[in-house]
Amino acid sequence: MFKFILRRSLIAIPQLFLLSILIFLLAQAMPGDALSGRFINNPNLDPAYQSELRDKLGLNDPLPQQYARWIGNLVQGELGMSYVHNVKVETMLESRIANTFWLGLATLILTYLIAIPLGVIAGRWPDTYTDKFIVTYSYVSFSIPIFVFALIMLYIFGFTLGWFPTGGSVDVRVEPGSWDWYLSKLHHLLLPALSSALLATTSTIQYLRNEIIDTKLKDFVKTARAKGTPERKVYSRHIFRNSLLPVAAFLGYDIVFILGGSIFIEQIFSYPGLGQLFVDSITQRDFAVVNVLVMLYGFLSILGTLLSDIILSIVDPRIRID
Amino acid sequence: MANQPLLQIKNLTTSFRIQDEYYPAVDNVSLNVNENEVLAIVGESGCGKSALALSIMRLHNELNTKLEGEVNFKGQNLLSLSTAEMNKYRGKEMGMIFQDPLTALNPLMRIGQQIEEAMRNHLDLSDAEMKARSLELLKKVGIPNPERTYMQFPHELSGGMRQRVVIAIAISCEPKFLIADEPTTALDVTIQAQILDLMLELQEQMKTGIILITHDLGVVAEMADRVAVMYAGQIVEIADVYTLFRNPLHPYTRSLFNSIPSAAEGSDRLHVIQGIVPSLKNLPRTGCRFSNRIPWIKESAHESNPTLHEVEKDHWVRCTCYQDFHFPGDAEAEKI
Repeated sequence: MFKFILRRSLIAIPQLFLLSILIFLLAQAMPGDALSGRFINNPNLDPAYQSELRDKLGLNDPLPQQYARWIGNLVQGELGMSYVHNVKVETMLESRIANTFWLGLATLILTYLIAIPLGVIAGRWPDTYTDKFIVTYSYVSFSIPIFVFALIMLYIFGFTLGWFPTGGSVDVRVEPGSWDWYLSKLHHLLLPALSSALLATTSTIQYLRNEIIDTKLKDFVKTARAKGTPERKVYSRHIFRNSLLPVAAFLGYDIVFILGGSIFIEQIFSYPGLGQLFVDSITQRDFAVVNVLVMLYGFLSILGTLLSDIILSIVDPRIRID
Repeated sequence: MANQPLLQIKNLTTSFRIQDEYYPAVDNVSLNVNENEVLAIVGESGCGKSALALSIMRLHNELNTKLEGEVNFKGQNLLSLSTAEMNKYRGKEMGMIFQDPLTALNPLMRIGQQIEEAMRNHLDLSDAEMKARSLELLKKVGIPNPERTYMQFPHELSGGMRQRVVIAIAISCEPKFLIADEPTTALDVTIQAQILDLMLELQEQMKTGIILITHDLGVVAEMADRVAVMYAGQIVEIADVYTLFRNPLHPYTRSLFNSIPSAAEGSDRLHVIQGIVPSLKNLPRTGCRFSNRIPWIKESAHESNPTLHEVEKDHWVRCTCYQDFHFPGDAEAEKI
């Protein structure tokens, strides 16, 4: 197991390296540079001074040199400075990482809480009205864009019904660390997490449903029945367990999907997480932050797939990793 | 009650639903299996022999299968039982050995767990007793290192070993009756022989009644006491194994024997039976079902509604066409 994780981590290094080149080039290809965002609202600044600043910051250096400097710093844990906010990038990430982590975790839990029972019901009794309803839901949820759905949810449950706060990650009036503070955090989390989860269920429902329908016809299920195993146990012990394998395999991809969704969700719910920071940084041309964030997303995606492989190797004895 | 057969199938019809209509895959089959008797059911692919086997255990999907007739096991009609009552018979009174050992075992469960599942369902044993019995069973079916295999997963075993495990599962509660659905089809020839020997040995020890489904006449010769030949859902000939091999009568049976390649005779071409088994939907419901595969036999030789005739003691043949049957090349010879 340790060897496997090590090997996978080693493979991840060239992947991240390629990603870094790509990110760097894409960032360069965007109109403007790190300073144009800062000066964008300041027409009084002398252009000569601007170019002097650019020289000083090395923004006029050849690309390979700029890249080498950036990646060199990154490897040493030096994430760079945000030119827009004039603070270190890690300071900007610090408070937001936790928010996004909790939002992501809540989304993941809600996704499985919704998707697994629905997938099991649909697969257990296919072609019934319940099944048709579930399948319809999964197609509809797959086709609704998340930013439209999130806005609708925000409008209904946030503004009209007033059940949930419409923005922020915590109520500023409660004392940090108190019981109320945690409750308030959870309260702020729920609506964005639910909005994201309701749309993230599609693949899990579909995989689970189809896998159950397939597994039902497998010979080992006949063997189980031929042993006189009660129907309830045939399902719980033989069919469901085997059908959950692809769901486990897709955990990593679900994480990636939810991370992607969080960019929209956080923006719409004004939730101060990485996604919101990402969008803000792009509009402000805050390249130092954008680059680090994309690297982080890439790293988390690779971590997610690694996690999938590890989980799969635990639940499926046919897959050995060592 | 003394001479009551262990299993008595009466007019069993198994129909599958295809687009809202039911088509019988097993058509009005009646059979008896006695204790300590091996009945082989022979026929080509699609003739309904596996459907028959699954019908006895009621393992078909009940939503699209209709079972009619009676399957009496020790005097109890299994078709009238609820699923829960049926579960008391499955595994306990009757075991099943499946065709493909590669798919018949749950890939996520250890061999030990899978053997113990049947015991857990039927016998009141402690965990230690079950383990001891599982190890004993594994040893009995010829697994060299039971302790090790007990903890292994199916994918760690070879096909032959897995089939031994499947047999161990089937006999774990010492059933009086076994159904073996092509137990050697998926195995190498050398392993086939070992598995057949094992089954014969166990059958002698345990005095079980066995229904052996196969398309391999070699297997029949080695294993069976009696043979039923099935074609298109019906039994076309039934006799004890010596009679059938000595004196096959029905054109289908004779064609089957004629299709066995023989190196000794040095014949240049292998005999093939013309055509294919008609599909379930296109099966003729009247007349001799084999008639369209022996078109050179004149129409009048067949019965309009073929029934089984007892031509000698306990040797039954369907339809009268056997009297006029000859192979195409032999026509001249038979005329003289």
